[in-house]
Order: sequence, then C-alpha cells, then structure tokens
Amino acid sequence: MPLPAGAALRQVFGETLAELARHDPRILVLDGDVGSSTGAAIFETAHPQRYIQAGPAEQNMMAMAAGLATMGFQPYATTFTCFAVARALDSVRVLIAQPRLDVKIIGGYAGLLTGMTGKTHQMFDDIAIMRSLPYMLVVAPADETEARQAIAAVAGVPGPAYLQITRETAPVLFGSDYTFRLGRAVTVRDGTDATLISTGVQTTRVYEAAEILSRRGVEVTVLHVPTIKPLDGDAVVAAAQASGYVITIEEQSVIGGLGGAVAELLGEKFPVPVKRLGIRDCFGESGPNDRLLDKYRSDG
Amino acid sequence: MTGADPGTGELQATARAARREIVKAVAHAKGGHLGGPLSAVEVLTALYFGVLHIRPEEPDWPDRDRFILSKGHSAIALYAMLALRGFFPVAELRTFDAIDSRLQGHPDMTVLPGLDMSSGSLGLGLAAGVGIALGARLAGGDFTTFVMVGDGECNEGIVWESAHVADRYALDNLVVIVDQNQLQQFGWRDAATGRRRPPYAGTQLRDRWAAFGWRVSEVDGHDVLAVLAALEAARQPAGKPAALIAHTVKGKGVSFMEDEYLWHSRVPTDDELRQALDELADPAGTRGGT
Repeated sequence: MPLPAGAALRQVFGETLAELARHDPRILVLDGDVGSSTGAAIFETAHPQRYIQAGPAEQNMMAMAAGLATMGFQPYATTFTCFAVARALDSVRVLIAQPRLDVKIIGGYAGLLTGMTGKTHQMFDDIAIMRSLPYMLVVAPADETEARQAIAAVAGVPGPAYLQITRETAPVLFGSDYTFRLGRAVTVRDGTDATLISTGVQTTRVYEAAEILSRRGVEVTVLHVPTIKPLDGDAVVAAAQASGYVITIEEQSVIGGLGGAVAELLGEKFPVPVKRLGIRDCFGESGPNDRLLDKYRSDG
Repeated sequence: MTGADPGTGELQATARAARREIVKAVAHAKGGHLGGPLSAVEVLTALYFGVLHIRPEEPDWPDRDRFILSKGHSAIALYAMLALRGFFPVAELRTFDAIDSRLQGHPDMTVLPGLDMSSGSLGLGLAAGVGIALGARLAGGDFTTFVMVGDGECNEGIVWESAHVADRYALDNLVVIVDQNQLQQFGWRDAATGRRRPPYAGTQLRDRWAAFGWRVSEVDGHDVLAVLAALEAARQPAGKPAALIAHTVKGKGVSFMEDEYLWHSRVPTDDELRQALDELADPAGTRGGT
C-alpha cells in the first residue's frame, strides 16, 4: 500500500514558522525573491512586519541575516537550495558558521524535483557542503509530521542550521504519535534481510519500496536519518552490526551526502560494505518528476 | 558619552600613536597589512575618539553605535584603536597574528570583545551592517551603524547588492565610509606609466553610490577634524543611507609606504621599522616613545 498523500513541505514550513512566530518575537523571515515558491509568502501574510524581502541577492541576504542575529533576532533566510548553499556559501561560511550566529538557512526546492527547472536549480550536494561547515546543524525531514516538529526543534537550538525543504507534496510516513528528536535516527521498518538508510523525503519512497519487497518475501530495515549533522552514529553502527552491510539511498549526490557521511562513520567505527545509491556524479535536467526519479535513481 | 576629548592636537596625537602601534605590531608579527590600515587611521580615530557612542567597559551595551570594518584585512588598525580606547591593553597588540591570540589576522567577533561583526572576506561587512540597521529599526534601537569599506573592496558585487537593499529600506541609520586610498592589492596596470591604476578613477565611486540612492559626501580622510564633522553630518537621519567618501593615501604617514601598492601587505625590515617610527614620532613627546 502506498503511503497516504500529504502536504508539500514548503507549505508546512510557511505554516509552521508563522505559528512559531506567534509565540516567539525573535523570528524573522528573509526572502530571496522566491517567497511564492518556498512558503515564505505564507509567513508574509501572517507577519508582514517580520518578513524582509531581500531580493534575488543571496550573498547579501545571508550576511544581512547574520547582522540581524547579532541584534537578538532569529532570522530564517529562505531561498532555493542552489542559491542558499552554492551562491551564498561565502556569506554562510564567514558570517554565519564562523561566528556561530543563530541564523536558520532554509533550502527550498531540494533535490531532483524542482518544478522543471533543470540542472541549474537541482542541487545535489547541499548536504555534502553544509555538513562540512563546522557548527552547522543539517536537517532533512521526510514528511509533514516530521517537518513540523523538526522546524520547531531547530528553532529551539541557538546557532547555525540548515533545513532542507522540498517543493512537491510528500506522502505521510509518520503518524500523530511520532516524536522527532534532533540528532536521532529512527527505524521506520524492521527486517533482517538488509538495512537501507535514507534521509529527507526520499525515506518515504524507500519505505514504499520496502513494502513492495516485503510482498515478495524480502524484509528490510529502513533507518531514517533526518538529522545528517550531527549524525546519529550509534544508530548507524547498530544497523551495520545487525546486517553486516548497509545501503544508503538519497536524492543527493553519492559524493559527500548521507552516503558519504555513513561511509565515513562506518569506516572508522565498524567497517562494513556501504553501497551508496543516489545521484552518480552528474548534473540533472528538466523533466517530469516520475521520469526524473526513474532516470537518476536507476543505479546498478 | 564617548568620554573622549576631540581636541585637534589630541586626536592627531592619537592617530600618530595608532600608526606607531600598527607598524610595530606588523613588524613584530612578521606578517599582516600596512597600506590599508594606515590609510584608515584618521577615520577610525574620529570614530572611536569622537563619533561612536560606545562603552569600552561594556562592549555589548545594547544601545551602542555599531562599527564594522568590512575591509577586514586592515584589522590591525582597528585593534590599535580599540586598545588605545581602552577595550584591552595596548601591550596585547604584540600578540597580533600569534597562535591563540584574540587579535586574528582578520577580526573575529567570537574571541575579541568590541567587534560588532567578524570580517575578512571582502564585501560582507556592509551586508551585515544593512541587517543590523534594519534590525535596529525593527527593534526600535536608537543608534547608528557605521561600516568602513575600501575602494578596492567596491569591486565586490555584494557591495552593490547591499547598496541596493539599503536604499530600498531607506536605512538612514546606516553610514558607509569608503576609504578611497586609490590602490587595491594589485589592481590593473597603467600601460602608460607602469604604475597600478586606482580602483575607481575620478568621481566614479562617488557617482555610483549616488546612483544607488545614497546621500554622498566627501572628505579629506586625513584631516581628522574634517572627518569628525563629516561623520557627524552623515549620521543625521535624512531619509536615505549615507556614504562618506574619505579621500586617503594608502600607507599614509610613512614616506616610503605612501601610495605604493607593494606595501599592501609587506613586512618592514629592521631599518625600515626604525625609519617608520622616526617619521611617526610624536613631536611633543607626550604620547610615549617609539
């Protein structure tokens, strides 16, 4: 059975932050001129005085956010992942990560499914880049239930954070009884035949694939890693110990993403084979979502 | 509020003392920059001994004026000023660039009190200043944010992103000071003379800030009283952000460093250090020795 349909995380982001801001006067949103795409528009409607249009000038936006953070605000700088991470990296590195300021960087339009925009906007290495920055918290929620809790959890921790948000609607994986814990992975399915490790919305697809495998008599564990940094090392090592090898699956480059993080960890703590599935050292292209997922995930 | 006496002689003596500390610190560290720090001295003196509402004994005082040295490679000039103003002992300047020092090669707000922002990657300081000025408006803060950029730094595209956004929000609590010392690290070669060309010729830089909607004024950046007056005028709210173009000389105060691009980041030899300190000696002998 496929998972039930859910909301787009960009909408969840806008709604959740608007709600948090009702109780936290420090929260501001900066928008790199894509508020109608990232969910920042929802925040603008709710809190027009606390929404700052920064224009498509992302380096300036990130450094402005740093300035605002020194004033005691908690700015959320919102744009597409490609601009937040690649275009504005120097501002993020020097004025947010190095001074360890309380700026939350919201990368909308993460991964492959970016609304027919193609390779310029498809950013596959935002996890790799952001997790390499000291002090940077890196979080990629899977569905609306987790996104709501993850946004609140990130807001509750002072310091730099990167939150990956997707454009398309995501199936609902977690029920109302789910509790997100920052820095902790969660086993969403148990099995003894293999261990699959995933992050972000990709986990919903991995879960559905695991259900299909189950009908064919193959039972796999699915470990969901919503916090890529700090990585839940105990959970990853335990998964490796249970199965003797792991497969990582992500809507990210196999170079440096979740697969890279897992391979680094296991290489030191519990060396086992790590098969990394994801984007294989190439750029993307525009196309319908199902065709993109099919083409770029067809790893051998 | 500043607790400083902006008398001409006193300010000039402070500027000279700062130059001595700058040259000594770079010579001691055997590294760092000299040209840019020396061109910025009078502006920094006017700020720290006249204009800025600050409390050295309470560096995080919430209502203080903010200052960001966006041309962060001139850090030693800022450190000299902070030390002379009482933020930390002057003797600590000898730790500039040393391992574990609070006086990093570029300003690091995580280790040194009195810094309103880290800097060092050119162009970012003004953007941070725009954020602070906007934050002050949102929070009802009654202070001015000053940012110093270099003329070479104005090559950075982010400077103009910030200039645009500051105009958009009509941030009249924001003052940018352009240290127009007419040289950048290397710059473009003038084919006719073989010398390095200035980053911006003639009135180009003034015209660009004006074209971005800023209220522009100009001053002799080495006339400390004129700088003081120009800064006080620039901080008066007038519905738009203010840019003060300070016409300066790179390496100012040491004859063989003036207007010579090689001194952007060169370390003086022992002989050069002696000559520099001779030239910077206080004629009245009231400001300590060399």
